[in-house]
Amino acid sequence: MFKISNLKLILHHVFNPPSPPFTKGGVGGFGHWNLRFGIWKLGFLICLLFIFWVFQLNVGCQRSRAGITVAGSTSVEPFAELLAEEYMSRHPESHIYVQGGGSTAGIEAVRTHAAQIGMSSRSLLPDEKNLYAVTIARDAITIIVHPKNPTNNLSLSQIKQVFSGKIKSWKELGGAAHPIILVNREEGSGTRESFQKFVMGKEEISLESLVQDSNGAIRQVVSNDPNAIGYISLGLVNEKVKALKLSGVEPNVTDIENGTYTLVRPFLFVFSGEPAGEAKSFLEFVLSPPAQNLLSKEGLVSILKPSGK
Amino acid sequence: MEIQEKIIEKTLLFVALSSIMILGLITFFIFEQGLPLIWKIGPRAFILGERWVPSQGSFGILPMIVSSFWVTIGALALGIPLGLACAIFLCEWSPPSVGIVLRPAIQLLAAIPSVIYGFWGLIVLVPLVRNYLGGPGLSILSGSLILGFMILPTIISISEDSLNALPSSYKQGALALGATHWQAIWRVLIPAARSGIVTSIILGMGRAVGETMAMIMILGNAVKMPTSFLDSARTLTTNIGIEMGYASGDHRQALFATGVVLFIIIMLLNSLAIFFSRRRAG
Amino acid sequence: MLLRTRYLTQGIAKVLIWIAALSTIAVMILILLQILGEGLPILHLRFFLESPREMGREGGIFPTIIGTVALTAVGILFATPLGVGTAIFLREYTRESQISRIIRFGTDCLAGVPSIIFGLFGFVFFVIYLNMGWSILSGGLTLAAMILPTIISTAEEAIKAIPYSYREVSYSLGGTKWQTVIRAILPNALPGIFTGIILGVGRSIGETAATILTAGSSLVMPTSLFSPIRTMSIHFYILAREGISMDMAYGTGAALILLVLLINTVAHWLLNRYIRHRV
Repeated sequence: MFKISNLKLILHHVFNPPSPPFTKGGVGGFGHWNLRFGIWKLGFLICLLFIFWVFQLNVGCQRSRAGITVAGSTSVEPFAELLAEEYMSRHPESHIYVQGGGSTAGIEAVRTHAAQIGMSSRSLLPDEKNLYAVTIARDAITIIVHPKNPTNNLSLSQIKQVFSGKIKSWKELGGAAHPIILVNREEGSGTRESFQKFVMGKEEISLESLVQDSNGAIRQVVSNDPNAIGYISLGLVNEKVKALKLSGVEPNVTDIENGTYTLVRPFLFVFSGEPAGEAKSFLEFVLSPPAQNLLSKEGLVSILKPSGK
Repeated sequence: MEIQEKIIEKTLLFVALSSIMILGLITFFIFEQGLPLIWKIGPRAFILGERWVPSQGSFGILPMIVSSFWVTIGALALGIPLGLACAIFLCEWSPPSVGIVLRPAIQLLAAIPSVIYGFWGLIVLVPLVRNYLGGPGLSILSGSLILGFMILPTIISISEDSLNALPSSYKQGALALGATHWQAIWRVLIPAARSGIVTSIILGMGRAVGETMAMIMILGNAVKMPTSFLDSARTLTTNIGIEMGYASGDHRQALFATGVVLFIIIMLLNSLAIFFSRRRAG
Repeated sequence: MLLRTRYLTQGIAKVLIWIAALSTIAVMILILLQILGEGLPILHLRFFLESPREMGREGGIFPTIIGTVALTAVGILFATPLGVGTAIFLREYTRESQISRIIRFGTDCLAGVPSIIFGLFGFVFFVIYLNMGWSILSGGLTLAAMILPTIISTAEEAIKAIPYSYREVSYSLGGTKWQTVIRAILPNALPGIFTGIILGVGRSIGETAATILTAGSSLVMPTSLFSPIRTMSIHFYILAREGISMDMAYGTGAALILLVLLINTVAHWLLNRYIRHRV
């Protein structure tokens, strides 16, 4: 009897360890978790192994996922995303990843094979001419102001003087005596480089200009500030901003096509060589009428119509 | 068993050194990318240069340093009085009913992502500044105001902690000598909690200098030397943030170099804060 | 000083301080009202479950939710073992010595590094050097580095809060140090560690600068850990700046705020229940 009750007592204590007297507020109820040593060691080892495995993936790990990457100009990006969306709905098994980064970065990505297709909103530079480029659409750069701004029309030289800081007040352009607020793109942007090439020439854009890192952001700023002036892709102009006429020429598809509106730049898809595989398939879709219609609807100039140059 | 214990101890030591190792990795890579450019154009030309025009190879970050400085000062000008006031309020005067609202409000201020602050600033503050004070609205003033609110929780929580940690004999002694409540606070408690308050301010400064997303949205990012609080400006952080996606070659290295300068400034501020907080504890 | 002047000063000070406290609350409410006010009406089940269409003008934000969850999960997965291990080491295996000072210094410094620097680091280390590309993995690992200090300090507090008697009992029963840790200390510190994890999650969700440079901004549903992804905060940032759709922006913002509100409430409730009252 004595032995059994002793045993019972011992068993009782083994299975119900005494909780220390300090458990006034409870210890969260996790007190009798009995985590086995083995599981912890195993878990820890697994974590370490996982980490080492991840690091050794550096050897020859080239984006081990299906699909293609399209990277580059942020001007082209929204349209490429639209096209990719449409393409993927027709080819459900494909994956197209669209990324920004700028025209220059996109071209470099193609060169280093980090991306299969590069997007550029400017023509290729001489040292990039060994890459394979296809124009997928044409886009105009429009100068925009706030809808309430009385100015409607500016000549190229006036725009140049405004953006270089020589003309500082709207009064000099026939408006109210308010300072002109310039809105610019950041360095490295294809849109900015096109603007520089077509409008500014050798002159520098004033360092006092505000800088925003996308067409949409410039549009936002201009639509909120009655004294702002900026430049964006024609395809992004909406009712929140007003597009200026260039020496009397309106930036619309007709005038771009017949060449009278001159601030036009190509949207390019850049490849490292002859396009092949999924990239080729996507390119063919982009150049096809349904895709081009999509782009026209969004305000770009399709390449299927004559360029008039 | 002994060997197992030893192995575990050494593994844990290795794990514990992970934070130092990560810090080391960060330092190494940032410097490795950025230093070559600083040497290339000369530290003086880089730090004191006034023109940042990457397309022409000009990489001077003085305007950014000055802007970071002014934005931070502005933020502190708002954050220190407001923060100290709230800390004093919570410590001394707050009726429990208000405290129940204020404390969670401060925790919330701390938790809200910076992009939300930036957005709100863009929608509400920037038009106000533009319409009533002039300029583009996207300015150092707007940035400072928003930043001031973002660093409030830091200043309040640490200052409150240090005020609470003071022995009650300080206040009671002051009151016993005939001081008013306010005099006790202003002349006795705050000076006594000095090092904690200074720590909170330095940490707030660190947070202000390091803020990126909200500043990109509100500051306007003009690349020139600011001449007034209504001017648009670009801080060290927004310089990196706004051009990083596009940069390559020298330009990218220059952005890393900006990161190097930023990193050094932050490390200095951090070390100061650690120094002051150790003094408080010690 | 005249008695009246002193009381006048106190009166003025009192008024100013009340104004300060109230304006802090007021600004908080203003921000919440603005975003939630415009954004809550947008939130319905379809918003959360659909993918964005038309460059984000229509549809929902489903891929971004997946992105946020995935990035946070990876971050927590890597940061927790490291953080808890560090905390265990600091509290159980060493006294205040050179090593522990170095470790604490490292942790404090890491906590102060700005997110854009983490972004630069993540970009050059994970995306380029380790060739992981813009991916969930790159973003997650960078986030892990960012939340590590939070987990370390919370875990340390949790372990510190456990009375020494637990260890005494364990040692007296013949337990080794490690056995003490995993059987007596960790189980009881788990709620506190969990709180640290939740705080880390809260931080990861709002993180934008570092993720934009490491995880990319692709709106397509990810297929593997190496796919690029856009998080909710990045999506909100892009929508807000580009003005593509104010409705979507407000909706995403509202979702973000609600998520963060929820997480922080849970975290602070846990904090107060399991850690504070024991110290």
